[in-house]
Amino acid sequence: MKHPPGILGSSPLRRDGLEKVTGAARYLDDLPAEGTWVGATVRSRHPHARIVSLRFDRTKAPADAVFVHAGDIDGVNGLQILDDRWPILASKEVHYVGEAVALVAAPTAEDALRAAAAVEVEYEQRPAVLDWEEAARNEPLYELALDEGRCEAILEAAANGDDGLILVEGEYFTGAQEHLYLETQAMLAEWVDGRLAVTGSMQCPYYVKNALQHVFSLGEDAVQVVGRYMGGAFGGKEDYPSLLAAHAALLARAARRPVRIVYDRHEDIVATTKRHPSHTRIRSAVKKDGTLVAARVDFDLDGGAYLGLSPVVLSRGILHATGPYRVPNVRIRGRVLRTDTPPSGAFRGFGAPQSQFAWERHMDRIGRRLGIDPLTLRRRNVLHPGDRLPTGQLMDASCGAAAALEEAARRGDFLRRWKKAEEDRRRDEPLGRGNRPVATGVGLSLAFHGAGFTGLGEHRMRSPVTVRLTAEGRLEILCAATEMGQGAVTVLPMLAADAAGLRIDDVLIHEPDTDVVPDSGPTVASRTTMVVGATAARAAHELVQRIVQWKEEQMGEAALRVEDSRLLGPGGEIGDFRELAREYLAAGQPDAVTVHNEPPPWQRFDEDSYHGSAYPTYSYQAQVIEVEVDTDTLQVRPTRAVAAAEVGKVLHEVQCRGQVEGGLLQAVGWALWEEMKRKDGQLLNDRMTTYIVPTFLDAPEMEVHLIEEPWEGPPHGAKGVGELPMDGPASAVCAAIENAVGIALDSIPATPERLLDHHIEAAQGGRR
Amino acid sequence: MNPASGLPRTVDEALLRLQERPDTVALAGCTDWMVRDRLARADAPPVIDLLAIEELHGIEEIATPPSEAKRPAGADADPTTPPPLLRIGATTTFGEIRVDRRVVEGYPILAEVASQIGSRQIQNRATLGGNLVNASPAGDSLPVLLALAAEVEIASPDGRRRIPYDAFHLGYRETALGPGELLTAVLLPPPPPHQAFRKVGTRAAVAISKVMVAMAAHSRQGRWSSMRIAAGSVAPVPMRLRAAEKVCEGAPIDVETATEAAEAAWGEVEPIDDVRSTARYRRWALSRVVRRLLLEM
Repeated sequence: MKHPPGILGSSPLRRDGLEKVTGAARYLDDLPAEGTWVGATVRSRHPHARIVSLRFDRTKAPADAVFVHAGDIDGVNGLQILDDRWPILASKEVHYVGEAVALVAAPTAEDALRAAAAVEVEYEQRPAVLDWEEAARNEPLYELALDEGRCEAILEAAANGDDGLILVEGEYFTGAQEHLYLETQAMLAEWVDGRLAVTGSMQCPYYVKNALQHVFSLGEDAVQVVGRYMGGAFGGKEDYPSLLAAHAALLARAARRPVRIVYDRHEDIVATTKRHPSHTRIRSAVKKDGTLVAARVDFDLDGGAYLGLSPVVLSRGILHATGPYRVPNVRIRGRVLRTDTPPSGAFRGFGAPQSQFAWERHMDRIGRRLGIDPLTLRRRNVLHPGDRLPTGQLMDASCGAAAALEEAARRGDFLRRWKKAEEDRRRDEPLGRGNRPVATGVGLSLAFHGAGFTGLGEHRMRSPVTVRLTAEGRLEILCAATEMGQGAVTVLPMLAADAAGLRIDDVLIHEPDTDVVPDSGPTVASRTTMVVGATAARAAHELVQRIVQWKEEQMGEAALRVEDSRLLGPGGEIGDFRELAREYLAAGQPDAVTVHNEPPPWQRFDEDSYHGSAYPTYSYQAQVIEVEVDTDTLQVRPTRAVAAAEVGKVLHEVQCRGQVEGGLLQAVGWALWEEMKRKDGQLLNDRMTTYIVPTFLDAPEMEVHLIEEPWEGPPHGAKGVGELPMDGPASAVCAAIENAVGIALDSIPATPERLLDHHIEAAQGGRR
Repeated sequence: MNPASGLPRTVDEALLRLQERPDTVALAGCTDWMVRDRLARADAPPVIDLLAIEELHGIEEIATPPSEAKRPAGADADPTTPPPLLRIGATTTFGEIRVDRRVVEGYPILAEVASQIGSRQIQNRATLGGNLVNASPAGDSLPVLLALAAEVEIASPDGRRRIPYDAFHLGYRETALGPGELLTAVLLPPPPPHQAFRKVGTRAAVAISKVMVAMAAHSRQGRWSSMRIAAGSVAPVPMRLRAAEKVCEGAPIDVETATEAAEAAWGEVEPIDDVRSTARYRRWALSRVVRRLLLEM
């Protein structure tokens, strides 16, 4: 079957676009309220406390309100993620402000709030672990190590000035980040004849299903989960919806009717997971020409109160800890530390933005120390095909790191601008009494992102996807992939249509309903287009092949084929595909095909030594970001961002650019403004007026260049792109600030307050 | 129509309603009120909507009462006709103020602040009177009114009175409005020739201020006169930077004066740490901005 021209790269309109833009799409909160009760959550006000007593004062609550506490859980009071120690409802102790202690439901939202106010909890406060120093003294939640070569001996030589090596050391911090998806967490649960049905906003319907089976000790057949329209997720709806689903299900059982919980914005910001804060220390040995020889990286993540997804975030973090560069000797240590704060969770990039922020800032530090410009230093060390990662993985021909670096540097005119800003700064001293109100600077960074699950995850899952025929003769994809704005419901049918020789509107995609679709894995890890899409394409191809073979047998004719939804024979067009499909169905032929993802058989990864190929392929992105720094207020305005993303193969250009632009802006927000401010464990900025995300006026002008270096695998050599753009920009922003005003910030967000503190400390000579 | 119910259409009707229930809250654009969710509370006070009162809305030039027809010292006085005042009704929106020709030409810093409040949507609802009565330390228009020597007009059952804005905002969210009184208008004296304003917010738009500086002055033979410098978000109420003003008064318009005034400003504020910023930053930015505006004004 040949590919009909025009499907790939044609950027068809998003399937969900019109209904979302017009408001026709019904999110969970838009469903009619009739017959459904409203659930509310009673939360801890302390970062660490013992629950002395818990009482529901019925006299203060609406008469029919229901109340649920940990004692009502008859299965397992634990959220099944990697372990199950995160309680569904706290029973003896609370470990973060906002932890769920009890639940209530009532016919209306007002009644539910009154009922929640009737829950009296007596606490005995305990000392809470709230900072890095104290957390680091305790037992970590999780640890990982990756060693290659003889790192320590080389670092020692460098420390002694031996072998012409120079020791460069640095310490880097990144803060927590709130997902701030437009639609807050929302879930509806209902029990019908002992069977639990849950629907809501979620990335991973089967994660929710598994978690519910665990809490309620239910069999596979007793739980149905349906993913609905989702108003954004960014990782924030990977883990948390399982907890919310359990809450809604507990209340629905107690109330004997459907119960819906929709968080308001404050509650969502306070209670749900965040991006892991990170603390990285790097000791590196380099030659005078900038060649990297060895690096020791100590990478700590703040996991919050419970383990959650932290081990896999840590894993991705350390596997990206030295960026897309040749570093022949490494010693990488990763730890997840425990604090009495909300569990950290999945967030676009999943550990890789944190470790690569540190690494890219460290590269700039090396350059500054050696007097080598940022581009030249990166050119000397960048990975090329044939080089190896610290895990020993050999980079194949699709390694586009250098291509991305060169494209961004050229398009952004990096070197000329960087040198000019360096000269201007040295001449003008913009933060002195110089009269330039604005100083401009430019920064460069390069990062990479492993596509799909880490290690052998894809091999273990071998994700199934089913494609079936509808009665009218169209194809329908059955998979658990969810649409969170990234474009899955558009790209997956594109890939299937392309593989099957059909027009795009002849391929449908079913909603992610666990009663209907197979478990094609979670919608995470930049894997949906690459893994689920490729598998859907194979299934669609296989099904159409079978139909064509059946027809050939019927007609006694060989060499039939389907192109552009037409059945063609040697003599030309025979008929229309839908007619053919209906004929095939009428003959009682099997209407569906299920195929499994086949990860590359050569991919090996040792999960003990962390050696091998952690990912089958990687995508790469370099960016040149320009900023204006107000020399009076230290406000930073990112003015221009030129990104070059090497993504293997561009399938849907508009959506691919959209991912890069959106990720870039999210990363710039993380770099400049977004900060979760806590005092004594309490979040101070739980609202959109105080948790500052960029508006369009804050966004830089963006220029995205897509580069194609297809890898050997499907679909058509495309690599994941969803998380890549989050990985590098934050460091480029800091580098640009440094270029403009000389403040070399190694922690983000680079707020004016933090820049000022750093500037004053440097002026007082407190800096190395 | 019974004035005690329904939508008040005159100031007198509104005053009557305020008299009947002194806890009544007079509302206009509601952009602050709604965010605080007061309407959802069971004990929410009664409210009246001022938007149907024509007299409260709009911008007009009015004659200066003869007793006030003197110009500040140092100004190029016109001995014949006293220049008019600009009267801005309390429920005039920032969207209207932003584009009003008389504001744009005569009081550019007021037009500028109007264009920087919240977002365009907020500017279309929010009113100048609301910003005053809400009396937030971070109210964006307030330092501008202070620098422009604005007066406010207050209606009460006993009649109308005018007080300088300096005397209106008494403390944190506290004003000189007595029970049963209504803010009806803001009056701006003739425009000073030199004006400058800077809002330092948390981001480029939809931002609450960390620091604001507004200034207005006259000049004569290369020297400053009648300098008024106001700062916002650095104290419980917008404040005059009197030490910095004193430095400028009669001083040459040059870098040295600007630098000295900036140092004076540094010394006369005691800002605080809060969720938006730090005391250290506020003081630093305030001082630098004072210097910058004096250089550019």
